[in-house]
Amino acid sequence: MAKRVFSVAFAAAVLSGCATTANNPKDPFEGFNRAMFSVNEGIDVVIKPVAQGYDAVMPSPIKTGIGNFFGNVYDVWTMLNNFLQGKPSEGFSDFGRIALNTTFGIAGLFDVASAVGIEKHAEDFGQTLGKWGVGDGPYFYWPIIGPRTTRDTFGWAVDTSADLVWHVDDVAVRNTLVGVRYIDLRASLLPTDKVVEQAAFDKYNYIRDAYLQNRRSEINDGKAIPEGRDDADCKQSRCY
Amino acid sequence: MKSLFSLLLGVFVLCAPAFAQEDSPDALIKKVTDDVLTIVRQDKDIQSGNTKKAIALVEAKVLPHFNFLHMTALAVGRDWREATPEQKKQLSEEFKTLLVRTYSNALTGYKDQTIRYKPTKMQNGDTDVLVRTEIVQSGSKPIALDYSVEKLPDGWKVYDVVVAGVSLVSNYRDTFAQEIRANKIDGLIKMLAAKNKQNEASKS
Repeated sequence: MAKRVFSVAFAAAVLSGCATTANNPKDPFEGFNRAMFSVNEGIDVVIKPVAQGYDAVMPSPIKTGIGNFFGNVYDVWTMLNNFLQGKPSEGFSDFGRIALNTTFGIAGLFDVASAVGIEKHAEDFGQTLGKWGVGDGPYFYWPIIGPRTTRDTFGWAVDTSADLVWHVDDVAVRNTLVGVRYIDLRASLLPTDKVVEQAAFDKYNYIRDAYLQNRRSEINDGKAIPEGRDDADCKQSRCY
Repeated sequence: MKSLFSLLLGVFVLCAPAFAQEDSPDALIKKVTDDVLTIVRQDKDIQSGNTKKAIALVEAKVLPHFNFLHMTALAVGRDWREATPEQKKQLSEEFKTLLVRTYSNALTGYKDQTIRYKPTKMQNGDTDVLVRTEIVQSGSKPIALDYSVEKLPDGWKVYDVVVAGVSLVSNYRDTFAQEIRANKIDGLIKMLAAKNKQNEASKS
């Protein structure tokens, strides 16, 4: 089954890879990217039912615990990136989160830090590079990984090499952790599927444009102006 | 002294509703959000993905406070000026249907999140205000949910919704511009209508 899905996806990928679509300056490698997008859609035919099963079978507190556990591990990387971005108060607050959640939160299973008002952040090395002034570079859509600008692709490589879960010595334990985390992440995105499916004329375009807007906002910590709103043709409210 | 205090308190209590009137945009957003979430929290159908029911709720509670003409203008961009009044009307009708469905689908994903309202920067006489809120959920970073609100003769109206930096309106810009370049404004109207029909036909 999986093999057949794969070869169908692959064939679709090769076919769509040949078609050059309208040139979009934001997306110079659109042909390649669309091919990889269909590969991912093919892989998701297998992953999504697993995530749905996980979502249906796992009691909600256990799902939350699993998400919290991986979230606590990731907070270490967020903390380091906050320091690298010159945001020490965020970094120390992340340190406080990790300390609280690892001890009172029983190895991170409970997010007690959020409960007492120490807010979670989410930083990665791509954002740090962006803060340092590195530009986006061309947009890519990668198999498994999904959308990334060139800068964020490098960022992702650094994120992954620093990822504590990948550094677990026992191979079986490591693979289980990586697998569970992947499924848990996919399951958390299930409610979004229908929203995007029904909102998008072209899912590939919709995801690309949303990703680029979202990254711009994240690098500026939420202070970016949405695209098109500074357009002189439609300034303020009186353009309609 | 004590009676003066209670008199003052009494005045405040009486006046409080007047202060919280919908003549401020952040009060309007808060009221609409609270109304909608109170209903969603009690409605198991909506929580389990009944989009039709969510749409009815959004149409009754949210829609009157949105300016779809302005939203559509923002999504269409510079080509909007080329559209005839009739085309503008059709475009915004179809776009409204699409946005209401998107909004409703997002509502069906509601679990136990709460909304936090951030202070609004606003001066007397401002007619265009950004109201910032956050979706708070234990174990995740809060998600920014911002509304651009403008003052019109019939009250404050939302003309953009921005989730985590992604504008639900301008995210369509490239797609719409591409379609207009290929098939003119009427092509875009047809494309929107076809999408709405397809969504309507899907289950739930």
